[in-house]
Amino acid sequence: MLLILLGVPLFAAAALAFIGDRRYAPEINIAGSAATFAAGIGLALEVYNTGPMLAGGKFFFVDAFNVYLSVLTSFVSMTTAIFSRRYMRREREHGRVGHVGMRFYHSMYQMFIFAMFLCLLTNNIGVLWIAMELATLSTVLLVSLYRTPRAIEAAWKYFILCGVGIAQALFGTVLLYFAAEKVLGEGGEALLWTNLSRVSGSLEPTVLSLAFVFLMVGYGTKVGLVPLHNWLPDAHSEGPTPISAVLSGLLLNIALYALVRCKVLVDGSTGTHHAGDIMMGFGVLSILVAAYSLLRQKDIKRMFSYSSIEHMGIATFAFGLGGPIATFGALLHMLVHSLAKSSIFFTVGHASQMHQTQEMERIKGLFKGNPLVGWGLMFGVMAIAGMPPFGIFTSEFLILTATIKDAPLWTPFLLLGLGVAFAALFRRVQPMVAGEVPEYQKPLKVAHVPVVLHMLLVLIIGIYIPDFLNQWFHTAVELLK
Amino acid sequence: MNIQIAAQINSFIAAFVLLAAFGMLVQKRIYSLIHLFAWQGLFLSISTAIVGYVANKHHLYISSILTLSLKVVLLPYILHVLVVRLKIRKQAETVLNIPLTMMIGIALVIFSYHLTAPVRELSTLITRSTLAVALATVMIGLLMMITRKHAVTQIIGFLAMENGLFFAATSATYGMPLVVELGVALDVLIAAFIFGIFFFHIHSTFDSLDVKQMSRLKEDL
Amino acid sequence: MEGFLVQTLQIAVLIGLAPALVGWVRMLKCWMQGRTSASLFQPYLDLLKLFSKDIVLAENASWIFRFTPYLLFGTTVLAGAVIPMLSTDLPLAATADVIVLVGLFAIARFFTALAGMDIGTAFGGMGSSREMTVASLAEPAMLMAIFTVSLGCKSTSLSRIVEAGALLKPSLAFAFLAFVLIALAETGRIPVDNPSTHLELTMLHEAMILEYSGRHLALVEWAGMMKLFLFMALLSALFFPWGIAETGKLSHIPIAGAVLLLKLAVSGMGLVLIETGLAKMRLFRLTEFLGSAFLMATLGMLSFFILD
Repeated sequence: MLLILLGVPLFAAAALAFIGDRRYAPEINIAGSAATFAAGIGLALEVYNTGPMLAGGKFFFVDAFNVYLSVLTSFVSMTTAIFSRRYMRREREHGRVGHVGMRFYHSMYQMFIFAMFLCLLTNNIGVLWIAMELATLSTVLLVSLYRTPRAIEAAWKYFILCGVGIAQALFGTVLLYFAAEKVLGEGGEALLWTNLSRVSGSLEPTVLSLAFVFLMVGYGTKVGLVPLHNWLPDAHSEGPTPISAVLSGLLLNIALYALVRCKVLVDGSTGTHHAGDIMMGFGVLSILVAAYSLLRQKDIKRMFSYSSIEHMGIATFAFGLGGPIATFGALLHMLVHSLAKSSIFFTVGHASQMHQTQEMERIKGLFKGNPLVGWGLMFGVMAIAGMPPFGIFTSEFLILTATIKDAPLWTPFLLLGLGVAFAALFRRVQPMVAGEVPEYQKPLKVAHVPVVLHMLLVLIIGIYIPDFLNQWFHTAVELLK
Repeated sequence: MNIQIAAQINSFIAAFVLLAAFGMLVQKRIYSLIHLFAWQGLFLSISTAIVGYVANKHHLYISSILTLSLKVVLLPYILHVLVVRLKIRKQAETVLNIPLTMMIGIALVIFSYHLTAPVRELSTLITRSTLAVALATVMIGLLMMITRKHAVTQIIGFLAMENGLFFAATSATYGMPLVVELGVALDVLIAAFIFGIFFFHIHSTFDSLDVKQMSRLKEDL
Repeated sequence: MEGFLVQTLQIAVLIGLAPALVGWVRMLKCWMQGRTSASLFQPYLDLLKLFSKDIVLAENASWIFRFTPYLLFGTTVLAGAVIPMLSTDLPLAATADVIVLVGLFAIARFFTALAGMDIGTAFGGMGSSREMTVASLAEPAMLMAIFTVSLGCKSTSLSRIVEAGALLKPSLAFAFLAFVLIALAETGRIPVDNPSTHLELTMLHEAMILEYSGRHLALVEWAGMMKLFLFMALLSALFFPWGIAETGKLSHIPIAGAVLLLKLAVSGMGLVLIETGLAKMRLFRLTEFLGSAFLMATLGMLSFFILD
């Protein structure tokens, strides 16, 4: 199962490097992602039935926390592949991407998925770092795919800032290994998460707090926490839309996953709430800065990137807060945000293709022009802004409840951020979807399936959380204590 | 060679690594930067080899050879080829003046010494005092990236940071497990290729490698 | 008694051999550049010639102008008496303190600068201001470098430092590099100043003494040669102190003398290599040059605490 999960993307990456520009290349992309998804479901069922498992000679470790993220990753990458088929076909026709570019795009897409899975499923904290860096590197050149000045600048910033951040994370990992070596001896064993979580009580607190600061700065840059977020709006808005969707929807989640894994170790060692406090501080800062930045955006994808920053801030805050309710809320939030944000990016991508621009002032009349895109965007924004009955409302509600209970002083900031974001998003979306169709709007064939699927899921989860999901989350919460 | 002498030699080499980092910080000529980077890599691999010999860790020899081939031979070569191909002007501008940059560098050294104090107390290795130097090299690499306006120097700053991190791994823990070392080396290699490609893109789009050009993506305040 | 003898011997060596050192440096330089050089003893002949010439004084020269050459010569000789070149156990060892040394050089420089401005020529003023710039940057760096060396033996007394001996320490390596740079600046060699230039606008030190003639000029030049000798001797004493006699006994002196000559010859070679390999820097880059000297000295001090 694991082998398929990791092997398929890798194989597909290699294959698509050669045939990525043929007519049926997007279909191969989709097929690969579908196979990955099936493998992901299979793995999930295994873990559901038999509990956490180690594999590959302790190299891989699958428990409730990362298996649900794996399923999510494989699902979203599959739907994005479906979306990418229509979208990239259009881009190719318009000449925005060349022959080599298409091959590169498809190949790197699969490579990126491979890196994400490696990151999620490995037991070795060093390999976690390597996979994270690999994921960044495989997307850097994708961001600059269109070769415009802005795209290159965005990719450069992405490369440099994330590179710097991840270097800090490496230093944190070194310190972690230093502390682990004392207790677990040398060699690869000392970097295995399973071993580390077992002995976290006996790891040196001072070293681990120092390590956590570096890890926070490092992985926090990848999550997009303020003040290390400068690369995010640029990178997510200048790349091709499918890449924006997976970056926003998946990579941020995985970075947060890495951060939380480390936090568990640090908490076990220090026994205080310091790590959580740091996360809460960064989270709230991200929420507020992102919310206010939302007001000033003119580019549609930039705006939604800031929205990603805000939601990641919420999730970070919740993980930092700790406790069963907040952690449940955070896990749920990661799930529904991913679905909703990628759906939004799908509709936004089509909208910008229809109008040949990403500026919000030029995009109008979506309800009349293309109802699927219009209503998809509308619902997406409603979901992301946290309106009931969508899933994000549920998760935000849980997080707020936990905040009022455990840390009431933070609540006004949270509410302020959420409110401002709500207002900003609606102010922008309203003129885009309503009104008359402008004459420069071009019709196009939309990828229906991904959008509909995602929104339905978000809606369903908002109304009723299925039993297995509930079970999953509870197990994960237990693990993250 | 007993432990004491090895520790002294190691301290010496650490001092040279730091000196190379400072040298890169104040250098304006790109060829000199590349040479200094190669020197730093050389010192690093010598240090790793010494530590491997004294502590009997054979995987450090492999790391040392890896560092040697990658950071002393391959990366400077790639950089050199890039500079020649892109006909880059041989000077790089700075944001702050040189003496001020040096002062900040010294402050960073003191800061990193202070920061790694808890680790130093706990460590039992002969290389424990060099952890401060390693962190200082990382920070100086960071400073170099911030205070330079040229893309090539920013990349060299990034690579200098990686050097510092590698050094930190050898100082604190006698090197990470081999699989991690290999992965990190692979990442650095891929990053090198990517930025090589990048330079060509930047050059063909902007006609120069001055990063001041790349500041269009901003919000209106 | 023997101590006084050794002391006098040391001063005699300083006064006597300084011109030879300068001759040696010039010989090597010519040899490196593929020219035929003058003989090793040419500086002696130059000094002799100057002593036999008349003094030409400007009408508005004050007592400072006339007094400075003697002061310069005197302080340099006194500095030489203080630095342990042949032995560390000298009667004047009690005053052999680093700060005293820096103070002596400072007095010399101060009066030279005044003398340069005394006549009122433009070049004199220019030379004085440039020299003072170099001094203000070089002195902190020199102090920092010497402090780094003195950290090891916890005393600023030169004899104590030399007796402690040099060890293989990174801080000393840094201090050595810093000291080399400072020595280049203080003695007015390339890349700071070209000692053989005849273009006034490029002069730093020479411009201050442009007006001197006759025996005044002889004394000033001699003092300059002795300063070079002293800095090289200081360099070898601080960083390569092997061979310096630890007692005041006369019997140990010949070996010490021979070792000193050897060390000075090697330092001369090093100086020539540096001078031939580098070009004179533009004046505004002096700050960077001396800043990096200060930087290295500070790094040496830091690495003493960090690495040792």
